[in-house]
Amino acid sequence: MERMIRPSIELTAEERGVLAMVAGYMIPASVEHGMPGADDPAILADIVASLDRDATGVRTALARILDMAGGGFGALPRDEVRDLLEAFRTGNRELAGLLEMVVARSYYADDRVMLALDLEPRPPFPKGYEVEQGDLALLDPVRARGPIWRAVDTKGDEV
Amino acid sequence: MQSKAAHNPEPVDVLIIGAGASGAALAWSLAETRMRIVCLEQGDWPVPSAFPANRRDWEGRTYEDYAISPNRRGLPADYPINDDDSPIKVANYNGVGGGTVFYAAHFPRLHPSDFRVRSLDGVAEDWPIDYDTLAPFYDLNDRKMGVASLAGDPAYPEKPAVMPPIPMGRTGEVLGTAMNRLGWHWWPSDAAIATQEYDGRAPCINLGQCGSGCAQGAKASTDITYWQEAIRSRVEVRTGCRVARIETNAEGMASGAVYYDREGREIFQTAEIVVVACNGVGTPRLLLNSASGRFPDGLANSSGLVGRNLMLHPYAQIRGHFDQPMDSLRGSPICTWSMEFYETDAARGFLRGYAYQFSRGMGPVRTAINGMADGLIPWGADHHAAMRRLFGHSAGMVSICEDLPEEHNRVTLDESLRDGDGIPAPKITYTLSDNSRKMLEHSVARGREILAEAGARDITSKTLLPYAGWHLMGTARMGRDPERSVVNEWGRAHDVRNLFIVDGSLFVTSGGVNPTSTIQALALYIGDRIKARIYDLFD
Repeated sequence: MERMIRPSIELTAEERGVLAMVAGYMIPASVEHGMPGADDPAILADIVASLDRDATGVRTALARILDMAGGGFGALPRDEVRDLLEAFRTGNRELAGLLEMVVARSYYADDRVMLALDLEPRPPFPKGYEVEQGDLALLDPVRARGPIWRAVDTKGDEV
Repeated sequence: MQSKAAHNPEPVDVLIIGAGASGAALAWSLAETRMRIVCLEQGDWPVPSAFPANRRDWEGRTYEDYAISPNRRGLPADYPINDDDSPIKVANYNGVGGGTVFYAAHFPRLHPSDFRVRSLDGVAEDWPIDYDTLAPFYDLNDRKMGVASLAGDPAYPEKPAVMPPIPMGRTGEVLGTAMNRLGWHWWPSDAAIATQEYDGRAPCINLGQCGSGCAQGAKASTDITYWQEAIRSRVEVRTGCRVARIETNAEGMASGAVYYDREGREIFQTAEIVVVACNGVGTPRLLLNSASGRFPDGLANSSGLVGRNLMLHPYAQIRGHFDQPMDSLRGSPICTWSMEFYETDAARGFLRGYAYQFSRGMGPVRTAINGMADGLIPWGADHHAAMRRLFGHSAGMVSICEDLPEEHNRVTLDESLRDGDGIPAPKITYTLSDNSRKMLEHSVARGREILAEAGARDITSKTLLPYAGWHLMGTARMGRDPERSVVNEWGRAHDVRNLFIVDGSLFVTSGGVNPTSTIQALALYIGDRIKARIYDLFD
């Protein structure tokens, strides 16, 4: 059985620059919350390294943004970048959703981000988590109502 | 496809194709006969230490090699599925354990009324067996899989609890309190998750990653339940072996199967009994790929129903956000259920019904992705504040709607798509019925009521979840009439007397609950029938 081969695709410097601007606009750094931006070099490197199955789609999305900018996206003033990216997001939901996915899955796995969200920067296993058992007495009204299933006899008639 | 090599192993008594939920249960059931049993599995054994929950990027990995879509994964074990003509996309896992490796382990049974849909509601067809027939096999399966539950659910006939239920958590309490105010049924879910040491399995530690493999081994996937016992009883599982077709002899009996091994060698395995356990898509694919001069329309297909009546369980999702902290990413994703709208009430405008699965929160990656997709989290400076309003504060539900069988919903062979061995791939053609559409809309409206009653804000809903085609049913259904069914009431093909089917293809109707419990109970029941008739099995 052959693996369904995905060609290794490397972003060009221009594409990487656009991706950095998109990521930085999508999730900017926040002093208030103590969080880096998604264009932080370590996070951006992880985004690029993790594109894998989405590399082709991401390139398509970046090309669309460059088209919308008329080729000079990197030189646009901040306000125009904002307007263009919001227009892109509104008019290209599928491609925008793809960019959201590739940015979020790296950004929200970053230690600094997890700590800022009061999460331990660790995988779930092996430590696991605690969950409250819950109060089973809450089920008393459900019990009190009695059976609600539809009984049938062997002929298929309701009884 | 590589060059062929003559390498035909010793004949076996029973050849099982597929090592998932049903193949494992059947293998275990038949192991006591001491027959020579071999199972061919196209995938590999899962490696728990490689599951996403072991790594920091656990959420991201669920979009990659641990994605639920075989088309996205594209791993060697996977075969492509053309589901372009279906609003519901197929989800599966190909490997020992099958779908149980990735399932949520939510483990409801069908209800007694599900087996009598025609008699009670005048739609679809009745099953050839009833709830009472399956009840002892449900009970046995609950013990073998290790099901956590709370006895006394008024939505079901009495059934024994094997071990204490999974935690309700804050989600169960908050939503349960709302259900009480509405006067609606709810109950802790039956879950195939060990809540205590059980049969060599460690108890659940609330990893929250049931859907991408349980690193703890608390979740009952058949690689760690049935297969361990079956292998100790000398059943052989051959991995990396993809079956291309089932062969027949001059008597019209199955003679064995042709498969490709890991090196691409074509091998013929002779067998006295052939059992197909490849799920509701893989099974009709194999039967259709087994067309021959004797069976020109596909094996066991004199009814023309192989591949037809595909049922997929349409899902809707309703979620809300709460001011108080909820369970967040901790714990099994599903905690409680409701069967309030399960049984038919014609006043609702549709026949049959649906169940709710109440679900906890998500990790930060999925929260952010869903929040942005739902328009609740913006791009830009306000992103962080919006994310903090959602993350750790969400809960909700999905409705799982009974999908009535329709012959035009079907699995066929794609004209050009092939898997890595060159075997024609399946194509899914499926449309949502008006009945399902009304049911989905009803479930979304009631779900919003529940969340509002619970005090939720920022309520969102999706009326049809596209990537939720887990439950593949109906494509080789059971019945007494050879013109209206593919196999008889104990799983033997009407047309081929030593060919059995044991997976979700058998379902006559889908019910409105997850099918794994019933799939396995059916496999155990068929195993029991085979053993009981072993001396006149082919008569």
